[in-house]
Amino acid sequence: MSPLPFLNTWSEALSGLTIKGFPLGLFIVAAVPLVFIALYALTYGVYGERKISAFMQDRLGPMEVGKWGILQTLADILKLLQKEDIVPTVADKFLFVIGPGILFVGSFLAFAVLPFGPAFIGADLNVGLFYAIGIVAIEVVGILAAGWGSNNKWSLYGAVRSVAQIVSYEIPASIALLCGAMMAGTLSMQGINVLQSGPYGFVHFFLFQSPVAWLPFLIYFIASLAEVNRAPFDIPEAESELVAGYFTEYTGMKFAVIFLAEYGSMFMVAAVLSVVFLGGWNSPLPNIGPVTLNNWTSGPAWGAFWIIMKGFFFIFVQMWLRWTLPRLRVDQLMYLCWKVLTPFAFIGFVLTAVWEIYMR
Amino acid sequence: MQELGKAESSTTRITRQNDNVVVIEKDLDTEHMLLSMGPQHPSTHGVLRLECMTDGEVVVQAEPYLGYLHRCFEKYAEKVDYPGIVPYTDRMDYLAGMNNEFAFCLAVEKLLEIEIPRRVEFIRVMVAELNRIASHLVAIGTYAIDLGAFTPFLFCFRDREHILSLLEWASGARMLYNYIWIGGLAYDVPADFRKRMAEFVTYFKPKARELYRLLTENEIFVQRTKGIGIMPADVAINFGWSGPMLRGSGVDWDLRRNDPYSVYPELEFKVPLPDGKFSEVGDCLSRHLVRALEMEESLKIIEQCLDRMPEEQGFDSRAAIPKRIRPRAGEVYGRAENPRGELGFYIVSDGKSTKPLRCKARSSCFVNLSAMKELSKGQLIPDLVAIIGSIDIVLGEVDR
Repeated sequence: MSPLPFLNTWSEALSGLTIKGFPLGLFIVAAVPLVFIALYALTYGVYGERKISAFMQDRLGPMEVGKWGILQTLADILKLLQKEDIVPTVADKFLFVIGPGILFVGSFLAFAVLPFGPAFIGADLNVGLFYAIGIVAIEVVGILAAGWGSNNKWSLYGAVRSVAQIVSYEIPASIALLCGAMMAGTLSMQGINVLQSGPYGFVHFFLFQSPVAWLPFLIYFIASLAEVNRAPFDIPEAESELVAGYFTEYTGMKFAVIFLAEYGSMFMVAAVLSVVFLGGWNSPLPNIGPVTLNNWTSGPAWGAFWIIMKGFFFIFVQMWLRWTLPRLRVDQLMYLCWKVLTPFAFIGFVLTAVWEIYMR
Repeated sequence: MQELGKAESSTTRITRQNDNVVVIEKDLDTEHMLLSMGPQHPSTHGVLRLECMTDGEVVVQAEPYLGYLHRCFEKYAEKVDYPGIVPYTDRMDYLAGMNNEFAFCLAVEKLLEIEIPRRVEFIRVMVAELNRIASHLVAIGTYAIDLGAFTPFLFCFRDREHILSLLEWASGARMLYNYIWIGGLAYDVPADFRKRMAEFVTYFKPKARELYRLLTENEIFVQRTKGIGIMPADVAINFGWSGPMLRGSGVDWDLRRNDPYSVYPELEFKVPLPDGKFSEVGDCLSRHLVRALEMEESLKIIEQCLDRMPEEQGFDSRAAIPKRIRPRAGEVYGRAENPRGELGFYIVSDGKSTKPLRCKARSSCFVNLSAMKELSKGQLIPDLVAIIGSIDIVLGEVDR
């Protein structure tokens, strides 16, 4: 499983590192996902989204700052840092300040169990998948705190909608992931990944291992859109209805932190989708006779490459949907969740179970 | 069981079940929340303010408050000469300046009883129809944004840009043209105008189709608008609705055909009406559909105008303008089909002055908006947004 038999994860290797009693290793372990989120949100999340949406809409997107506007995000960050950090006088200050923090922590904690390679994982928990589902739900608390603490009616609407939406959509999402867990027989993220590796690349992925796996795959993808408040399920922040939803009152870096958390969650759900159904860090290329594509494209660095690329692909699909589709209404959203996705998730669950027991 | 009375509030009921048992029932105490939507809100299309009484997500009642953009058009009109009023009309419905000027000039010309050269008439109809397309593009684009679709909006604005540059070429301004003058035009169209108009028509036809496929046929869009904000035809007439709003309710009424002016009687065009198959007659989708289909009819009108417009060398578009505009004493009501409905000007002249004694503008969106209170009862907030969007108000014209 691990190329280094004496160490399970890179984080274990690093945690031991201390310099004169200063636990430098632990700081690095904690900082790596943070740096990753920040870099990815800066490059692909914000800049990429602006460019992709621009190309979809016959525009150029940011072009002024740097060549092709690549420094635009840095300029935005500088601008946000200079902004006055306003806390409304009537706001509940404690909740208002802590809201973005909880949001960000929720999105950041989930990165602990994301495997970026055969040994490159923060913590290989035996309940990793369960942890990933659960910890993202902490964001609900942050959103509610932000919405309630703002003492703004629009924020309150956004927060209430958001809670209703995220809590509801967790059910089909979890059942869909359960199908993957059932196929793997483990909840460990690394375990699920290892079971999908093999010489024939994508053939070993769970999506192609069972004829019914596309159903939970699709359900999880749709539900994950709702969980991270992306269009067409972006009703908590529906700008034409609720101004900006739960973050209407936020300015400056608090606003930036909420954004960072959103992009973090986007990658998080995309990565979970690719881990459970599309092999995570496994190369999709098959070995064909002497052309051992799979062996050539496997390894620690390749692993990180594949999972990030798979994640980015799904984020691209999320952006694509966002810039194409109108927004659903609140009741239609709930209808979709409880009357369409949840029953179909159960059907997928039963079919997967039947397939696993009798057919395999 | 006998009801004894209601105490404190209507949520508490006191009833007597038998001789000595008195039951006091109290509902779960909920309060309505007053939500002030606007004047600074992304989907009120300007500075409209809606005071919504909400029960959760449901709007119990929404009361529109107007006047944030009031610029005393009617008072100003009494203080300036007739030709000086034309630029003011531009600023009423700033998305369809040409149509406003057209309506005002029609009214004054009716009072003056002057003959307009045919070429001028064709150019007027052409620019007005062009502006109608531009206005509908904004209406459709912003409606898409109201429902959360961002891309159609930018597609609409991209195509509108072509129209604006055409009109800028003709008049020198992008939105506030002052191009149609009483008795004529500010300038004749540029030399190659006909060619570039034809180019635009061929460019825009596939784009309109693309927009239709991207937005109007989108399943989520249909779900969001079908059956929302239904306005029966008789109620719509009672509210005085006009234009695409009235046609969306299934009333076959278009001033260009029912009360023809200018060269419209010579032109062939259909008045699109919802057939009730794709949408429910009178709902938001019908109104959107009418606008989407009207753009294609406007293209047809432009094509016909391009064919029939007389070509004259050295044409003076100001030839028919009277030296001094001083209408006879009397009053007149001139109206034209604006992109948003019937825009009428009621002008009273005392026969001595070069300024109107009174100039009343009958604004189409103001009248259309009056039904807001009726339409918004018991709707969800997202539906309220959809309804405001489908009314397609321009606050410049509502408040004048």
